[in-house]
Parts: sequence; C-alpha cells; structure tokens
Amino acid sequence: MNFLLLIVIVLFCVAASQIMKIFEISSAMRGEKQYVITDRDNRLNGRLFFIFLVVFFGFCIWQLFKYKDKLLPVAASEEGVELDWLLNFNFVIISIVFFVTNAFLFYFAYKYHGRTGHKAVYYPENHKLELLWTIIPGIVLAVIIFLGLRTWHSITRDPEGEEYMLVEVYSKQFDWTARYSGDDNTLGFATYKKIAPNNPLGVDSADKASADDFLVNPGGELHIKKGTRVKFVFRSRDVIHSAYFPHFRQQMNTVPGMTTMLHFVPTITTDSMKLITNNPEFDYVLLCNKICGASHYNMQLKVVVDEPAKFDEWYKEAKKKTIFASVPADSKEEDKKPVDPVPASNDTAKTLNSDTAAQKKP
Amino acid sequence: MSTENHGHAHAHHDHDEHHRESFITKYIFSQDHKTISRQFLITAVIMAVVAMLMSTLFRLQLAWPEEKFQFINWMLGDRWGKDGIMDPNMYLALVTIHGTIMVFFVLTGGLSGTFSNLLIPYQIGARDMASGFLNMLSYWFFFVSSIIMLYSLFVPDGPASSGWTVYPPLSALPQAMPGSGLGTTLWLVSMTLFVVSALLGGLNYIITVLNLRTKGMTMSRLPLTIWAFLITAILGLLSFPVLVGAVLLLIFDRSMGTSFYLSDIYIGGQALDATGGSPILFQHLFWFLGHPEVYIVILPALGIASEVIAVNSRKPIFGYRAMVGSMLAIGFLSFIVWGHHMFITGMNPFLGSVFVFTTLLIAIPSAVKAFNYITTIWKGNVQYTPAMLFCVGLVSTFITGGVTGIILADSALDIPIHDNYFVVAHFHIVMGLSAILGMLAGVYHWFPKLFLRMMNKKLGYLHFWLTFVSAYGVFFPMHFLGLAGVPRRYYHNTDFPLFDNLIDINEFVTVCAIIGALAQIIFLFNFFYSMFRGDRAPENPWNSNTLEWTNGVGNHHGNWVGPLPVVHRWAYDYSKPGKDQDFVPQTVPLEDGEHDGGHIPH
Repeated sequence: MNFLLLIVIVLFCVAASQIMKIFEISSAMRGEKQYVITDRDNRLNGRLFFIFLVVFFGFCIWQLFKYKDKLLPVAASEEGVELDWLLNFNFVIISIVFFVTNAFLFYFAYKYHGRTGHKAVYYPENHKLELLWTIIPGIVLAVIIFLGLRTWHSITRDPEGEEYMLVEVYSKQFDWTARYSGDDNTLGFATYKKIAPNNPLGVDSADKASADDFLVNPGGELHIKKGTRVKFVFRSRDVIHSAYFPHFRQQMNTVPGMTTMLHFVPTITTDSMKLITNNPEFDYVLLCNKICGASHYNMQLKVVVDEPAKFDEWYKEAKKKTIFASVPADSKEEDKKPVDPVPASNDTAKTLNSDTAAQKKP
Repeated sequence: MSTENHGHAHAHHDHDEHHRESFITKYIFSQDHKTISRQFLITAVIMAVVAMLMSTLFRLQLAWPEEKFQFINWMLGDRWGKDGIMDPNMYLALVTIHGTIMVFFVLTGGLSGTFSNLLIPYQIGARDMASGFLNMLSYWFFFVSSIIMLYSLFVPDGPASSGWTVYPPLSALPQAMPGSGLGTTLWLVSMTLFVVSALLGGLNYIITVLNLRTKGMTMSRLPLTIWAFLITAILGLLSFPVLVGAVLLLIFDRSMGTSFYLSDIYIGGQALDATGGSPILFQHLFWFLGHPEVYIVILPALGIASEVIAVNSRKPIFGYRAMVGSMLAIGFLSFIVWGHHMFITGMNPFLGSVFVFTTLLIAIPSAVKAFNYITTIWKGNVQYTPAMLFCVGLVSTFITGGVTGIILADSALDIPIHDNYFVVAHFHIVMGLSAILGMLAGVYHWFPKLFLRMMNKKLGYLHFWLTFVSAYGVFFPMHFLGLAGVPRRYYHNTDFPLFDNLIDINEFVTVCAIIGALAQIIFLFNFFYSMFRGDRAPENPWNSNTLEWTNGVGNHHGNWVGPLPVVHRWAYDYSKPGKDQDFVPQTVPLEDGEHDGGHIPH
C-alpha cells in the first residue's frame, strides 16, 4: 500500500514534468514565452468557466434530488416546524443570490475573455449601482433579521407559567442520563459533591423534591409525551457537551458549573415517524454535538415519543424506581438538613434552583 | 530552510554592490523584507502540506471507517494506527492540528506574512519595512512556533486534540483526553509565540504603511492590497493580545490550580477543587480573537483579488472607495460579532439577538465587495493568467460560502445546525477555500517578484482546474451532511442507523479530497522547479500599474536603484480612454486636464 502510494506520487511528478516539457517545447516552437497569455489560453479558460457554470449548477441540483431523501425527516416538534419554515424561506433567498451571482460571475468570465486588439471599458464607478446593491441587501437582511429574531425569542423564551414536563439531562463522558422530576414536576437538589457510585447525578436525598425523582440510565430510553411541552434542563459532570436533538431541531450545550435549558413540544410519535420515514428501524436520538473526547461520536441516548396513553403507562412503571427508593425521603431529610448547609454561589444546584425557582420548595 | 538558501544562489549577482552581507545575514537572519517574505512563504507551504496530509488521513477514516490502511499504520505507528485503523484520539488530534495549522500558520502567518512583507514596501515605494529587525524577529518567532507545533505531533500522548478552539474544560484536564497533557501545553506555548510574531509583524506593517509612503502615494492612491494588509494588521493588533490573555489563564488553570474556566467538575472518579470559574468565559475571550481572525484570514486574500482582478481584467477596480469603505466596515464589525459562535452555549438569548443583528450587517459590505468584483470583470478584456483563474474561483467561493453564513448568523436557524457539517461546509468554503485560492493567486502573480522567475502557465491552469473542481466536490456535499444532522468531529459518521445511508456522500467527498491533494503536487512541483529553472521574469510581466513592477529585474538592496519612484496617479488606470497602452503606471505624470482616481472622464 505504502509502496503503491509512493509509486503514484512519483509517477505523478514524472507526468507533471513531462507535460511541462511538452508545453515548453510546443511554445518554443511557436516562438512565444511560455508565460505570455495568448488568445488561445483566454478562450480555453473562458470556455472552461462556462462549462464549469453548467456542470456546477447541474451538480448542485443533482445533489438536491439525490440527497433529498437522506436529509432529516419532517420536524417532529412544533418549534422544529417553525424553524424548518424559516430555514426554507432563507434557503430560497440565498439560493437566488447563489445562482444569480455565480451565473453572472462565470458568464462574464466566459464572455469577456481577452482578445488581442480588444480594449476593456473604463468603468471605475457608478454611484447609483453601488447604492442599489447596498440598499437591496440591506432590506432583505432586515426581513431576515426580523423573522429570525421573532422565532428565536419564541423558541428560547422561559416557559415559566406554562404547562410542561420537567426533565433533567445530565452529560458525562460518554453518555447521557435523564432524571425525571416525578409527580411534583420538581427536580431535587443536586450537586457534583454528592456524586457516588449509586448516585451518579449527585442528587441530594435531603431535598424532599428528590424523593420522586427517577432516572433513565445510559442505554435506556428517554420517553416524552406527544403534544406536551417538555422542558429539559442540563448539567454536565466533566466537560462541555451539547445535547443535540436533530429530529426536533433543538440543541443546547451542557456546561459544567451552570445549567442550561431548552423546551419543545413533540408532535410526532416514534411509531408515526417509522411510517413517515418508511423505516421500521427508525428511532429518535439524542446526540452529543460538542467535541468531548475519544468516544464523542458514540455518545447518544434513544428518545421515544409516545402517545399520551402509552406514555402514562410507561411513566407509571418507570416512576416506581425512584433514586432513593430504599430510604423514606422524610426521615432522610431530618438527619441531613443541619449537616449540609447549602454552599455559596459555587454550587450547581444553586443555579438549578434559580432556574426552576417556581417549582422549588419555598 | 535549506531549499530557500539554494533557491537564491542565482540572485548573487546583486546590482547594488555597496552593501555586502554574509551568507547568514543575507539568507537566514535577514532583515530584508523580500527574503523574510520568501521565508514566510516557504515555511507556510511546508506547513500547508502537513495540514493537508492530515486532512487526507482523516477523510480516509470518514469514508472507509472499517478499512485497514497499511499506510495509516505506517504513518501513525502502532499506538495511534494499530492494524491500520486510526485511534479515535488520533482522529481528534488530526482534526485539531489540521485546523490550527491551516488557520494560523498557513492563512495568517503564511498569507499576511508573505504578501504584507513583499508588497507593502514595494507597492508604497519604500526601501524596506520600518523596522527590519522587528520584521526578522517576527519571522523567527513564527518559525519557532511552527517547530513547536510540529514537535507536539510527536509527544507520547499525542498533540492537542480538543479542537482548534481548545475549549476548556476538555483542554484543561489531562484526565479528559490524552491530548490535553503535554500536547496541549506545547500548543499553548506555540500559539503564544505565534501571537508575538503576528504582533511584531502587524506593528511593522501599520507603521510602514502610515509613514513610509513615497512622494505622491496618498492614502487614496494606495492599491487595495495595501489597504487590505493595513486593516488586517490593525485587526490583528487589537485582537491577538486577547488570545494571549485567554491562553495565559488556561495555562494557570492547567498548572497552577486556578479556576478561571473550571467549576464544579467531577472527573476520573473525584470531584475537583476548582469552583466559581466559567468555561463560557474562555469562549468569549477566544472568539473575541477568533472572529476577527476570520477576517484576518480573508481580507488579505480579498486585497490580492482586488489587485489581480483589476490587472487581468484590464479595467479599473469597480468602486475603489466602496471597496475601501467595505473593508473598513468589515474590520469594524468583525469586533462585535463574536457571540454568534455561542448562540447555544446558554448565553442570554437577548445577547444572542444583538449578535444576530451585527453579524448580518456584515453581509452588506461583503455583498458590495462581491458585486464590485463581478462588475470589474464585466466588459473587461480578461487575461487568464493562472492568478486570474484563482481569483475568479475566489469570488465564486466567497459568494457560495458567504450566503450560507446568512443562515448560520440567524440564531434561530443556528440551533439545529450549530456545530454540524453545515458549519464545516460554510467556513471551509468562505474562509478556507477563498483564502487559499487568494494565496495561490498571490503566489502565481508575484512569483516573478519573489523568485525573479516565472511559474509555468499551463501547469498553473491544470492546478487551478483540478483544485477548484475538487474543492467544490469536497465541500459542497457537506451542506447535505449538515442538513442530515451529522455532527462535526465525529470519528465515525456511519456507526449508527441514523447516518448509515450517508456513506456514499462521505466516499465522494474523500475521493475529491484525494484528487485535490494530488493536484497540489503539480503546484509544489511548479513552485520549486520554477524557482530554479523557470523563465527569467521581465520587469513587468502582467503590464501592471503598481510600483513593484518599476524597479527593473532582479533584487535590489533598497528596492530601487537610485531615487524612489514618485507617484502621480491611482493604481487602476487600465484601459483609460485616450491612452495608447491599456495601462498607465502610477509613476506616469497626469496630463493636462486629466483627472486622477476612479472618475469617469468627461
């Protein structure tokens, strides 16, 4: 293999030098310096630009058709549908710009290739023209900015006061753990200092709210309910990861030392999506999208969207295995409380607290 | 640098004999801007070859992940390429160092270093840089930092692997990945030295442009290349020190137990003491450099394109003032857009919307530049030198990559495509390709000034067409990978059902990448061969107006034998009505009643 590669490279060099010799001899025979640009060169390259224009556009359109089915299927969340609309709107605009300007560029490159005896037009400026193509992009961008920010603010708003299910997603090298907030829809206090083999998220058992919290461990299934807003809050144990839900068009970094969040309303169940994609193997997935180490590429969690009834069934079963199932939360809290004063601002749980203040204990 | 030394053996017949120098002061520790420029160029070419080889290796991994390549084992050894399969850590290392070398060593050091050094004194009519000594130091800091960066490839735990942005905590904690040990230390040291080099160089460029312009060379008569280099140098001077600050704090976090960037971390089975820091702080500091850096990379390329397109279209550049104005606007705006790299880091959404606004504003001056290039070609008499081909390519990639920037700058749309292959496609086309095409255009165009010989035209054509076609073949399909949701920096794109059907795109991309890489052999051959054996360059091979083509043939100490040239007009009087020739050099006095500058004569 190495040897083969070496031969290829050597042959390439030999070929290049031979081609060059031929070029040199042929130009010497015509009595011209090899670097002087002739009409033939200009015509050749001008035509090649025209051919390139056709082939390039053809290639772009061909790809569009060929890869259309390989792209992500229809967005599976309300927010995703809105984003896809916006994306398509923007794509229409930039495609027009892309095709028109590239066409002008390559067409001019072909049309105005140099000819002996021909003289270019002295055309140093035209204020009207320049003003025109400053103002038009300006107006188009204003529309893009307006629509973009409207969507941005609606997607990133804090859903406080709305109805949602609260789930924590916890990242570490190289897997995801989900913690459901249970019936009280409130996540118990958690801090990295309490991390232990049987408590991978460092949940504080002293906090009443943690009593009904339950986990979906790595390798499990993160179930969410069709039609119900789910709010994910994120913590990270070690390095920055990014929680990427491609099918729901959602993403948020998970950052050690702070909490982040995103929320969306899933609209298509896994089963329906299997039909839509015509792929019985289809599954939603949560991926890591921020470089985090060797197995970055393999850090994922299966996501399942259920019909409400099916979800409730799953939930009833899953919530039986709370984190602190063996210890009654109340008694635990009593002997813990005085021992564990909440440390100052440096505690993750503190930020989590403020984030979910409305649902926390008073 | 031995090639460099031999390369100039032919230049010994110095016309200007009054200043004798030893071999060492002339070719190694030289303070002459032309030699320093050649040193930068050749170092950058070597670095570019290394970085390109790396990209070929990881492209092989992406296209044929299960395949055993004997020569991967041969290149990476048993630890990183066991049985010919690349180790995931090595994959990340290659991606990281590929990015670092390309962005900093090739497209910043190589591009600005080569052409600012060569062209600033030549085109403004100066004998040399303001400080030859600082200029020499600038190169040697660059050289040492390159050596350290290359050396880091050979440390036992591998080089820095946390991406070219080296985000902590990943880059701060050796427990997180092996590359975050000694490899990252060397990366940080190398980058610090690199910044020293960039600052010394930039300071020099600014002072030289402002103070050493020859008689008649007003700012409004400066060629656009010089404007581009000037603005680039100012950007560098203002932003690079922030990178040193960021790097320094990271060094403290790594080795002195501080926690600027670290907080509440549990890794390797224990909770760390670090508390109160924020990894987001690093991102703010990094991108405060990182975004201007993008323009530090692209502006010189655009400057070169402005010059080459005007010369070879045989037309004045369209809208000179608008071109200067848009570069100034881009330069200014580039400092207030860094947050668009951080929309989904948990930054306040309102802050995000401010960055959306400033970022999309940049599209306006960029669009003006693209339109002006196209209008310059319109009704021209286009001479297809290899340099001109590369510039037409540059305008195309600048547009193609630029328009996708509009999508990424829109914070809402950034959510689903942030950090996936759409981004990879975008910045490789708009920044990587445009800048490298501009750099190659510069090499072809100013080779006669650099090495006093001509490069072979036809090999240049071959090189361009293979490069241009394969480059689009590499990066265009990546948009579709992005829209399919493939995250970047994945060792396998095809390891799970979601992306299984994308393998054919990856194979196509890799085949194009290999063709593109092989095409560069043509360039390397042409480059080194022409250095010794090319046709001798005449004084003004492209019939250009600017001053660098007025000093006869050969290198002269002090650039011009005798007095410095005096400038009487702007640099773009091509095909001016009423003139016999289709170019009027800047040194030709204005006739009675003739207007200077870009006005349509009445």
